[in-house]
Amino acid sequence: MTLYFLNFVLLIIGLYALVVKRHIVKKILGVAIMEYAVNLFLILLGFRKSGIAPILTEDMDLATFIHTAVDPLPQALVLTSIVIGLGTLALMVAMAIRLYERYGTFDMDEINRLRG
Amino acid sequence: MNTLLPLFTAIPICSAVLILIIGKFDKKNFPRIWSLLTSLSLLFILVVVWDKGTIIHEMGGWKPPFGVVLVKDNLSRMMLLIVNVVAFLTIIYSYVYIVKFEDYLRFFTLFLFMLAGMNGVVLTGDLFNLFVFLEIASIASYALVGYGVDAEELEASFKYLILGALASVFILFGIGMIYSITGSVNMADVARFIVENNLGGNNALLMATGLFIVGFGLKAGLVPFHAWLPDAHSSAPAPISVMLSGVLIKVLGIYSLIRIFYSVIGITPVVSYIFITMGVISMLVGAFMGFGQDDMKRMFAFSSISQMGYIAVGIGIGTPLAIIGALFHLLNHAGFKSLLFLSSGAIQTSTGTRNLSELGGLRKKMPVTSATSVIGALSIAGVPPFNGFWSKLIIILAAFSAGYFWLGAILVFTAFLTLAYYLRFQKNVIFGEPTSLLKNVREAPFMMVMPMVVFAVFCLLIGIFNGWIISNIIIPAQGIITNQLGYISSVLGI
Repeated sequence: MTLYFLNFVLLIIGLYALVVKRHIVKKILGVAIMEYAVNLFLILLGFRKSGIAPILTEDMDLATFIHTAVDPLPQALVLTSIVIGLGTLALMVAMAIRLYERYGTFDMDEINRLRG
Repeated sequence: MNTLLPLFTAIPICSAVLILIIGKFDKKNFPRIWSLLTSLSLLFILVVVWDKGTIIHEMGGWKPPFGVVLVKDNLSRMMLLIVNVVAFLTIIYSYVYIVKFEDYLRFFTLFLFMLAGMNGVVLTGDLFNLFVFLEIASIASYALVGYGVDAEELEASFKYLILGALASVFILFGIGMIYSITGSVNMADVARFIVENNLGGNNALLMATGLFIVGFGLKAGLVPFHAWLPDAHSSAPAPISVMLSGVLIKVLGIYSLIRIFYSVIGITPVVSYIFITMGVISMLVGAFMGFGQDDMKRMFAFSSISQMGYIAVGIGIGTPLAIIGALFHLLNHAGFKSLLFLSSGAIQTSTGTRNLSELGGLRKKMPVTSATSVIGALSIAGVPPFNGFWSKLIIILAAFSAGYFWLGAILVFTAFLTLAYYLRFQKNVIFGEPTSLLKNVREAPFMMVMPMVVFAVFCLLIGIFNGWIISNIIIPAQGIITNQLGYISSVLGI
């Protein structure tokens, strides 16, 4: 339970950076922290203390395997999610560089030619 | 038959990669013609699978709930129809419109990735797969919104990107929550687990519900999550505005909400109430903000928020009649809002401006565009016999018959507001006298006018043959939504 709580705190830190900070790079870091928090949450769902890799070998008993192996599905999901996060991050950084070229600033409050 | 389903995502992705490779040698014609052929082939496959009932495809031969399944039922076939028809006509329109950007390669590559993502979202029967396709469509659309790389476009794109990434995080968190309770990410299997164990009031499920409402609400642009929508819609190139407003917010937002809350989690009174509240606020905020806009595309964007509100109210009321109205309005909105955004693109290409105060008297200079814009405006304002009238009428009748009298009154009031600001659009743009700047304006090229005429004919025909459309397309889709157990048994085969 403590692990889940700390995980949630990590998510809130990311959300705080995204909402409150004005610097574009800090906002990007906020998104990255939130993505990592969610990935960590998925991994925690399949986590088991002193668990073994979920590979069934011939000399292994099925019952002990079920009771000691970690859940492999969240790990597969997280791999996909990390790749997606990388794509989003790359696009965000590219946008930040282009925005800096156009506006000459990283401050989101000065980048306000459109009325929200 | 069922092996045709993966083609809806495989063909656009393969075409996109092919365009990237061969487009290096033939930069101009190959991307345009090949993406047109791709879209045409998708329409052809849709015709083949159209009336074959529910089709399940198990990816890689793994049975559900272990493998990923693609499900084509009557709801997804309706969404596939909307997505692929709008995409086809938009590609025809882009044929000339995109000339001014001088970069065909990346535009059509990203466009096809977005199309693949949306087809995937509609077809998939797996929550995590839905997230993956949603991200494919979203990331392509972030890049396309900022396609012009001007200051305003990049700013809009970055705002959209930040809020979109936030939405994705929330959706993935919600999927993780669902997995922690049910131990499955297959939609039908999750639904079976929730129904069998009667998990309606489970705390983790409530948290997942909240996360999904925020996540998909952000994608759908419902108030209070609408901040990105007017910027992104007005800054994007016209074909992309059409795809965003005509299909993307519906597929990624409304369709996903319907599928998850009706077919998977199960609708509860609290969720219905949230939908109705968000819908009412969206309707009113969108309509009032629409009045104050000088930029034509911003006005259309706010009107999109307002019309999304109608759909959300219909889903929230939840009676079969209300859902028929919501789905019919979804179909109609794809038609007339695509038409209006295409018209705004044509007007901007011909006159060089899209500010209402600088335009006027286009009736004589651009007769076809004027005629189609008037049809679009009358349709969205709900003037009979155009299609918008019938779907709004059904939603209003459903609200009254379900006992929501105040809600019906607000729906009628918003319909009049919509009429008012579209009359303002007509008065300032189509009628009146041309300003001195517009002396040498000419009609838009044929390839841009043709899709607009097709959309206008759709608006009129759907309005006239509304009974046929409702009984053949809408009511089968509504049958899928209100029959949760039927969805479970048809996918899992039990």
